[in-house]
Amino acid sequence: MSGLATKQPRSARAVREQPMLSTVAALLRKELLVELRTLESVPAMTLFAVATFVVFHFALNRGNVEGDLAAGILWVTLLFAGILGINRLFVADDEQGGFDAFLLAPVDRSAMLFAKVLTLLAYLVALELVAVPAFALLLLAPPLGHALPDLLITLALGDIGVAVVGTLVAALAVRTRARDLLGPLLGLPLLVPVVIGAARASSPLLTVGHTGVPAARWLLTLALYDLVFGLITFALFDFLLED
Amino acid sequence: MPALEVERLARHYGEREALSEVSLRLAEGATLAVLGPNGAGKTTLLRVLATLLRPHAGTVRVLGHSLPDDAWAVRGRIGLLGHEPLLYRELTALENLRFHARLHGVGEERVRELLDAVAISGRSAEPLRTLSRGMVQRVAVARAVLHDPPLLLLDEPNSNLDPAAVELVAPLIGACSGRTRVICSHDPAGALGEADLVLGLRAGRVALAGEAAAVEPAQIAELYR
Repeated sequence: MSGLATKQPRSARAVREQPMLSTVAALLRKELLVELRTLESVPAMTLFAVATFVVFHFALNRGNVEGDLAAGILWVTLLFAGILGINRLFVADDEQGGFDAFLLAPVDRSAMLFAKVLTLLAYLVALELVAVPAFALLLLAPPLGHALPDLLITLALGDIGVAVVGTLVAALAVRTRARDLLGPLLGLPLLVPVVIGAARASSPLLTVGHTGVPAARWLLTLALYDLVFGLITFALFDFLLED
Repeated sequence: MPALEVERLARHYGEREALSEVSLRLAEGATLAVLGPNGAGKTTLLRVLATLLRPHAGTVRVLGHSLPDDAWAVRGRIGLLGHEPLLYRELTALENLRFHARLHGVGEERVRELLDAVAISGRSAEPLRTLSRGMVQRVAVARAVLHDPPLLLLDEPNSNLDPAAVELVAPLIGACSGRTRVICSHDPAGALGEADLVLGLRAGRVALAGEAAAVEPAQIAELYR
């Protein structure tokens, strides 16, 4: 054990707070590794979304929706699929002592917030890589190709909102006995503005013969929502981790 | 300066009192054995000292810092080995220790040394869920001392460990490690054998306190009655 000895007495050693970036990177790497090994969140989210599109396809008895209806179906489905990921976001940390280990480390608590938001964003991007083409194939009337660049901007702004609010809600719910219920109950009302903004912004892009761009005011609404809830979540998150 | 100073500590969960009027003082490098029946408040005391629970009354000083105000100064100087290993089951031993090393600013060399020290190197690439409980406990010991903490808070540290494994981890968490230690145990004889002081808790209150060498078997029997 000679290699483990240190010259300075242990009790006299000061502890340095670890840099935020390396802490976020370590947490994010751990999150993605755990998800890759368990495949608990992304496959469930993706299967849910595709299954919902299939149900809509047969329930509406049509394979060519457009405009408001198409945007509504897309965003409501993405939101509900996102809730599945939100519900699982902190479960491994809660059940396997990850919270305690993190709280005992000399790191900024906000690192966990950033890592969880990035994790949820990664889940949503993975979901949309499958769900959006499936939606285009099963339900959408106009071809998606020409609308895709503008749709990506809307998806990005919507995803940031879902990731930020989802992380806040998941952190609130995870230490309660009714976490599976509390996540959707808190998350859905808070995320209604995201669905409204994203659906309104997407609607003109999903219309047959579309030539325009998403309404700037709805994109601005989404950006403002992301900013406001980002700040609220940043301000509250440390308290959620405390006893 | 004592490593631990606790005066009239109280902690409750809702209406239920988990700790009340608990006082103790522990010198640097000394070992305190915390004994008591199930539900006596041992784990709660450990979690308060670890800064994971706030004291609701009284004063708590850990390594010279007052809790909860200076908790940030204590974090990173405590090694906690509790009922849970605080490890991710889907990650390997190496991945788990690397993750904790990054949180504590510890290098890869220390991770490798500890994997060797707890004799897990040969299976360090396997997910923890495939390892036996004893092996996971050895990894948990490595995790607890990864950042070379001056204070160890140990809750049943030898659970799941066979006698050979207990010997194996002794240089890391035993008396010879030179660290200040608080040990919660249901094995009074074993705990008293390596402790300088003893604190007996019953229903969250101090029922026994003093030097370990002076404790009579009858007092221990009374504590658990």
